[in-house]
Amino acid sequence: MTSTAPRKKLTTSAMIASFADPGQRTTSAPFGHALNRLAEERPEIVGLSADLAKYTDMHVFRDAHPDRFFQMGMAEQTLLGAAAGMAEVGLVPFASTYSVFATRRAYDFLCLDIAEPNLNVNVVGGLPGLTTGYGPSHQATEDLAILRGCPNLTIVDPCDSVDIEQAVPALAAAPGPTYLRLLRGAVPTVLDEYDYRFELGKAAELRTGRDVVLISTGLMTMRALQAAARLESDSVDVAVLHVPTIKPLDTEAILRAARTDRLVVTLENHTVVGGLAESVASTLAFAGAGTRVVPIALPDEFLAAGALPTLHDRYGLSTDAVVARVKAELGGGRHAPWAADPEPATV
Amino acid sequence: MTSPSTPQTTAGTDDRAERIERIRQAAYRIRRNALDMGEVQGQGYIGQALGVADVLAVVYTDQLRYRPEDPHWPDRDRFLLSIGHYAIALYAALAEAGTIPLEDLETYGSDDSRLPMSAMASYTPGVEISGGSLGHGLPVATGMALGLRHLGNPARVFNLLSDGELDEGSTWEAAMSCAHHGLDNVTAIVDVNALQADGPTAGVLRTEPVTDKWQAFGWHAVRVDGNDVAALVEAFDEVREHRGSPSVVICDTRIGSGVPLLEDREKAHFMRVDEHEWQIARTQLEEGLAR
Ligand SMILES: Cc1ncc(C[n+]2csc(CCOP(=O)(O)OP(=O)(O)O)c2C)c(N)n1
Ligand SMILES: [Mg+2]
Repeated sequence: MTSTAPRKKLTTSAMIASFADPGQRTTSAPFGHALNRLAEERPEIVGLSADLAKYTDMHVFRDAHPDRFFQMGMAEQTLLGAAAGMAEVGLVPFASTYSVFATRRAYDFLCLDIAEPNLNVNVVGGLPGLTTGYGPSHQATEDLAILRGCPNLTIVDPCDSVDIEQAVPALAAAPGPTYLRLLRGAVPTVLDEYDYRFELGKAAELRTGRDVVLISTGLMTMRALQAAARLESDSVDVAVLHVPTIKPLDTEAILRAARTDRLVVTLENHTVVGGLAESVASTLAFAGAGTRVVPIALPDEFLAAGALPTLHDRYGLSTDAVVARVKAELGGGRHAPWAADPEPATV
Repeated sequence: MTSPSTPQTTAGTDDRAERIERIRQAAYRIRRNALDMGEVQGQGYIGQALGVADVLAVVYTDQLRYRPEDPHWPDRDRFLLSIGHYAIALYAALAEAGTIPLEDLETYGSDDSRLPMSAMASYTPGVEISGGSLGHGLPVATGMALGLRHLGNPARVFNLLSDGELDEGSTWEAAMSCAHHGLDNVTAIVDVNALQADGPTAGVLRTEPVTDKWQAFGWHAVRVDGNDVAALVEAFDEVREHRGSPSVVICDTRIGSGVPLLEDREKAHFMRVDEHEWQIARTQLEEGLAR
């Protein structure tokens, strides 16, 4: 940290932070519009927010269905408790706040009031992982780690607007509780260029490749696809397996992809603790597969505040950083981060 | 730019006018600091900062005991900002107080700055807690006040809350705790600007009658016009003498106060200000001081 004035004006704003590349195709508020479409068909759909409708694209639903939207105030515990109550009487709530507040503040309510009775409540968390430069209070770097341990809960980390639009009706159709890592505002539109449909609980191979397989979730699939294209021009053949459903995990697809002599890399917008990397690693280990997994994930630290592109570069989530990391891993040599391999135990 | 590290307590009536004028001047500089920071980012929580500037001027130049050169002085009064997004206002006051250098302000919200958009204790001298998640300030204040009393330290604990923070259950859990433990070393300050993220507080979650609620929770509660320096001074002087229960000063503030251009703008949690408007705002602020 320095106190010398860096004259550059990089905004860190939580409100406008965008991870879309300049000029990238985007779709406005895909969650809100998808919820509106669903609400036309299903009168039991209701929306709730905790003083963050405007910032979770829930305002789109609020404005279209004012009688089906419930403002709970900035009271996240009551938000999720009340959502449970609504589900108990037959409604299908979508309750939105920021991921940090849904998971850190209100987890007890999510767990006991929603998940244990296996209610159809759909929790929608904005600013998942590192999608704001606002600092640790708003960076939900461990939401997956918190929630993966919650029985009954379905967890979806969408890549783009296509994923979100298709996930919303699927989440409502799933009988139990769900958690959606929301991308909001102008959300990149990527997956329509692939032969892809979102299917709850299913991973999808978006690209095939002989040298490397990138197993990715959330917005990191977008980065994985960009990295794969860049590596292709360096004659590295890279496959991408998109894993939008974190729980239940498509272990079959993961085992199929990772039982290979290709370099296996996981990519996630989440701490390296308790997210996709460890899910994939445990899937492989539990199946007796000895494949090494290279985790591209956020470090086990409280992250800095700053402009989002700066932070994605610093913490290894930018496409540049992904390409560099894959090249370094392919470049051979001992894999540095885990160099502390102890000698095997002797019997 | 100087600031007292000991409060001006009972002053004569002659001194009173002088005292209020001194605070008014400090409030002006806090507002100007905030405008300078707002311009760095081109937007942000400038409406809140202007609204709460008079409150901070009273607290930092008239009430709080601290040593600007030694922000960790064990006997300092603690000022806890639980509304991290009000950082712009706190930095403006800390610069006025001499705790952070004025030059730092132009780094507000920039990469690697000591002044992140949301206030955090680990970044900035004089920032006591890491805010950003609302409803944490009063619980931490409770513990600080219990701890200080336990240690025989007479320092006081202030916590600035927003009206939105009254939505959080944790605020009321702590309010009950402060009263239960008779923590008269706690002074809560509630900035009632009647706004929160999704719109006017009255429409998001009705918190009124605010004074009655605090009283019902066992607090000594005073409600004042938070942009009236004389009224604020009177309120803070009064609660300073109160014993036996925690005190709360409920401050009704005007968003954008001191800058008519922004006062009249549609109320927004995150206010947009055009590039050319910052200079207009500074000019209007200066005109207000002269008046
Ligand atoms: C626990 C928590 N929930 C939600 C938020 C998001 N948030 C930030 S400010 C804010 C509005 C709170 O009301 P208030 O502080 O009165 O708003 P202001 O007067 O600044 O517009 C909300 C909901 C948060 N920071 N912390
Ligand atoms: Mg407010």
